[in-house]
Amino acid sequence: MGSQWLRVCPDLIPRTVTSFSCLVCSVRNAIMPFGNTHNNFKLNFKVEEEYPDLTKHNNHMAKVLTKDMYAKLRDKQTSSGFTVDDVIQTGVDNPGHPFIMTVGCVAGDEESYEVFKDLLDPIISDRHSGYKPTDKHKTDLNFENLKGGDDLDPSYVLSSRVRTGRSIKGYTLPPHNSRGERRAVERLSVEALNTLDGEFKGKYYPLNKMSDAEQEQLIADHFLFDKPVSPLLLGAGMARDWPDARGIWHNDAKSFLVWVNEEDHLRVISMEKGGNMKEVFRRFCVGLKRIEETFKKHNHGFMWNEHLGYVLTCPSNLGTGLRGGVHVKLPKLSTHAKFEEILTRLRLQKRGTGGVDTASVGGVFDISNADRLGSSEVDQVQMVVDGVKLMVEMEKKLEKGEAIDSMIPAQK
Amino acid sequence: MSVVPPVLSCTETEQKWHKPRTMGVKPGPVDAMVVVKPKPDATPASGIRSTLYKGYSGELLDPSTLNPLPAYADMEPDSLPLICRMNITSDKPLVDSIFGKIQTGSLPGQPKESTGSAIQYLGTATRRLASARLPFIHPYLLNCGNKTMANNFARILSSKRNVGILSLIGAGSLTAGFLLNHEHVTAGAQVRRVYPASAEYPDLRKHNNCMASHLTPAIYAKLVEKATPNGYSLDQAIQTGVDNPGHPFIKTVGMVAGDEESYEVFAELLDPVIKERHNGYDPQTMTHPTDLDSSKLTSGNFDERYVLSSRVRTGRSIRGLSLPPACTRAERREVERVVVDALAGLKGDLAGTYYSLTHMTDQEQQQLIDDHFLFDKPVSPLLTCSGMARDWPDARGIWHNNTKTFLIWINEEDHTRVISMEKGGNMKRVFDRFCTGLKEVERLIQEKGWEFMWNERLGYILTCPSNLGTGLRAGVHVNLPKLSKDPRFTKILDNLRLQKRGTGGVDTAAVGSTFDISNLDRLGQSEVQLVQTVVDGVNYLIDCEKKLEKGQDIKIPPPLKK
Repeated sequence: MGSQWLRVCPDLIPRTVTSFSCLVCSVRNAIMPFGNTHNNFKLNFKVEEEYPDLTKHNNHMAKVLTKDMYAKLRDKQTSSGFTVDDVIQTGVDNPGHPFIMTVGCVAGDEESYEVFKDLLDPIISDRHSGYKPTDKHKTDLNFENLKGGDDLDPSYVLSSRVRTGRSIKGYTLPPHNSRGERRAVERLSVEALNTLDGEFKGKYYPLNKMSDAEQEQLIADHFLFDKPVSPLLLGAGMARDWPDARGIWHNDAKSFLVWVNEEDHLRVISMEKGGNMKEVFRRFCVGLKRIEETFKKHNHGFMWNEHLGYVLTCPSNLGTGLRGGVHVKLPKLSTHAKFEEILTRLRLQKRGTGGVDTASVGGVFDISNADRLGSSEVDQVQMVVDGVKLMVEMEKKLEKGEAIDSMIPAQK
Repeated sequence: MSVVPPVLSCTETEQKWHKPRTMGVKPGPVDAMVVVKPKPDATPASGIRSTLYKGYSGELLDPSTLNPLPAYADMEPDSLPLICRMNITSDKPLVDSIFGKIQTGSLPGQPKESTGSAIQYLGTATRRLASARLPFIHPYLLNCGNKTMANNFARILSSKRNVGILSLIGAGSLTAGFLLNHEHVTAGAQVRRVYPASAEYPDLRKHNNCMASHLTPAIYAKLVEKATPNGYSLDQAIQTGVDNPGHPFIKTVGMVAGDEESYEVFAELLDPVIKERHNGYDPQTMTHPTDLDSSKLTSGNFDERYVLSSRVRTGRSIRGLSLPPACTRAERREVERVVVDALAGLKGDLAGTYYSLTHMTDQEQQQLIDDHFLFDKPVSPLLTCSGMARDWPDARGIWHNNTKTFLIWINEEDHTRVISMEKGGNMKRVFDRFCTGLKEVERLIQEKGWEFMWNERLGYILTCPSNLGTGLRAGVHVNLPKLSKDPRFTKILDNLRLQKRGTGGVDTAAVGSTFDISNLDRLGQSEVQLVQTVVDGVNYLIDCEKKLEKGQDIKIPPPLKK
């Protein structure tokens, strides 16, 4: 009994006990409302009848989910009622693209990574360069371990940014949570964030109560996030009840920002103009540690374990969940034949300046780390810092008309 | 592809939340100011009363009545619920907790385990889960005694597939609530939290749809406990209405049914919604007439100088299988199988071929597009948020007869959508074929032991409450260059119980002066009556057009009875 892990919802405490009728007040279905809650009913049908048609699909889930695996997993569910059909729905609805390999599955709670191990471990291995089920992930949020990073040339590096996600232990994740659960996450997060002080003192702007003036300001600052439009996210159910319990918190200096209940419980972002990645990373680590402490004080840690690091909704974000990047001007290098090769060797990826799925404007690219799991935060930001420094050198050489072949690095 | 997409895709597109999105519906000039009272029957005195707690004045009850031990006296000690094993009395010392001072040993005061060890507990729980076969019936349910408290529990528990009890500890100091879930309560297992209905109630203050108008917190609290036998819940039914607040000019329905039973289980919400949407039709007291005898139709041949094409469509659902928002892949494939089987038995001018969306060749696809038959994955968030586009295009397809005048869509918004159409103005023949085809299909599925979802109160059961009754939309594409510019056009249509759409269908604008004119009503009148309304109405419109051509004046007709 002593080891019972319970959570009590303060909402259940009435102000006064006024009536005997409130003793047995309500028997709610123990299952979260959205998704394939009638898993038992589905078991009446044979495996062949329920197994999805993945012949035209190109995503990690489709590569891994055989009919036998589906048969084995389909009668299982996590204690919050998340089933294998919930995990794979987004991958079934979005067959993918011949050039892009999406993950095709999501987790509904921390337990999903255990209960659906047979499906998720091979996907994780595939996505994260062969990460084995027995591997251990190193977490290092000590910003002092970062070497350099304060000397990126500001005439090329326009802005620096580090983001990650965090999930609050004991709560279900955005694909699965009910309105009550999501609001509880918001309440907890805002409570914790409002205790921050010093350089992190800030304010919370809920999406559904924002004034027009606040909205304009957040857009001008490039902080505002919107209802996801990508069918990859919509298919997983994380945009339900928008904009209920979603919001943005940022510090007064507008350099540290937290998104609440977007794709994950929390998305933590540290950013500033210019190339001082060292400072951005310092603020990131310090801020994250402070937030984690405050949550722990309220008895809610973050979802983390030794094998998977920080647990987030999408398996592609496991580990550090970190994307550290810069907006950098590389008009000549980006048109060089070996540009892609260089990026791959440096373990970096490029995106357009609007973020993922956008094109670059004026030769300005968003360059960030490609890895998430298997290396620490410091390692990943170090790769960005070193890699961008090298690419800026290459750009300068190309401007002078010189060749860069000797500078092309070995595979990291 | 001109641009190679980036390697990884995720979420961080530049967002445009601040720019208005109207999905093709643009506000237009307003002809008249219509003032509508939000709730015609409400008085300021009646408000929303919570049914979660009742006001009670009088002496507080003796706390010993809350003692659970006598109620569970004849249970095995190791299957006693948690509340019996907690040794609750009023003389325990107090300790600190996040709620302030509470009794030692009570649940909120349990020691918190460290972050790292939780995964071990999860391991224990999942191993148990992995071996558990669903559904799990606790032995307690099988032999509940005659104690009143036990009876209460048994009745509540047996209505749910999962065992979850929410109860209050009322022993003096602090009341707290917690969740008991027998099959998941093991040493160190994480017990899931549950929220009261008030925490789950959606924020509908900015919403304008029928569901939002009728879903009070009281109704929500009552219905959220329930689910249909297939497991479809209220939250799933209303999800589309919560996600799509609506438009100030257009009032959408805002909810769907997952199966036939939804209309019973959630009747308390669906009946007022149906009443509002279908002009006061009360499913509790009224019956819906079904009449597919097309011989009763009169004057069904239009002047083809004005009417370019005629069309009648409806939907049918197969009884015993869940509807598109809730169906599993297997059920959807079963619908396809049953319907395609039946259609293969059609003969004569109804004989035709089935084209599955998954197995269509490029050539077949192009032909279907050219014929304007092909339907695509829904893009409207009204539909996608209800879950009817899941697993696209699995088990979806199009069947049409060889003469391309009778067409059936399978597993789009409903199990089947049946369409009869022709160029020209022979609505009589279109309706004849419609009725004959429907009756034939019904006969063929009945031979195999299936039937359509239908009942006397609601007529034919379909996914969207707006399509109940006949589910019928009979319409024409008609050219009305003069009449459409007359300011009385809208009023004339209203009085004739007709609606206009652009020639691309709902949410499109008219091209030139050609409009899609069809019936407004679906429930409360029979198929014959509705098609007759369209026939009479369109004849009247053509008459007006002719009069205007000759320079004569037209009259607004008196309003038809709804």
